[in-house]
Amino acid sequence: MKVVREETLPIREKADIVRIRQQVRAWTGELGFGLVEQTKMITAASELARNTLDHGAGGHVEIRDLSDGERRGLRLVFADEGPGIADLQIALQDGYTTGTGMGLGLSGAKRLVNDFEIESEPGQGTTVTITRWLT
Amino acid sequence: MNSRIPILKIGSFLLASIQVELDDELAVSLQEDLTQAITKHGAKGVLIDVSSMEIIDSFIGRVLGNVAACSRILDAVTVVVGMRPAVAITLVEMGVGLHGIRTALNVDRGLALLREATERPAAG
Repeated sequence: MKVVREETLPIREKADIVRIRQQVRAWTGELGFGLVEQTKMITAASELARNTLDHGAGGHVEIRDLSDGERRGLRLVFADEGPGIADLQIALQDGYTTGTGMGLGLSGAKRLVNDFEIESEPGQGTTVTITRWLT
Repeated sequence: MNSRIPILKIGSFLLASIQVELDDELAVSLQEDLTQAITKHGAKGVLIDVSSMEIIDSFIGRVLGNVAACSRILDAVTVVVGMRPAVAITLVEMGVGLHGIRTALNVDRGLALLREATERPAAG
């Protein structure tokens, strides 16, 4: 798998969520994603950026344009150095929240992408990786 | 970004058209402004035009639900109008059903729905 292009954006304040949406919109547009696919990827990015800010005390996102043989896709890697998640299974349940949201951030984002990976340990921060392939 | 979303009064209804990128703070201030405007004007209905919005995530979905819940308590009806099909598909796929929120395809139909919903049956 080859990374064609890469960009890192900070997630430090609420305005960064909007900036990330705009960048993901630009990248999905350039890659030629359809409107519904674009909307799903931007929405997933918005959910995960907010999680990084609210639960991970901020961090960053790496945006990667991927080329894998015939496939082309966009990967977003959200990383924070926050408190981490003790029980990933519970965190991924619909409606589970420690914050003020609907508890659909992680589970909702997972449904909007092709590949979803989460790595977390208490005290070690959290990394969420999502990928949508161009169809 | 200290701008607010303008709220227009149309008869006994209020109209808020979201024409800018909605960040979380702006969404929360819209919720507060609309709730206060309902009381101030004794409004019977609220139209929220989301036709310019390219995405609605679960946070914004929750804010829309809160507006609907607050207005219900204040005896007003909320209708969300003009949602883009891609946004609707994404919300449903995420599991955000926007339960308890009335919707209409555009402002015209939203107004018609509000008139219908707020017309009191004649006494007697």
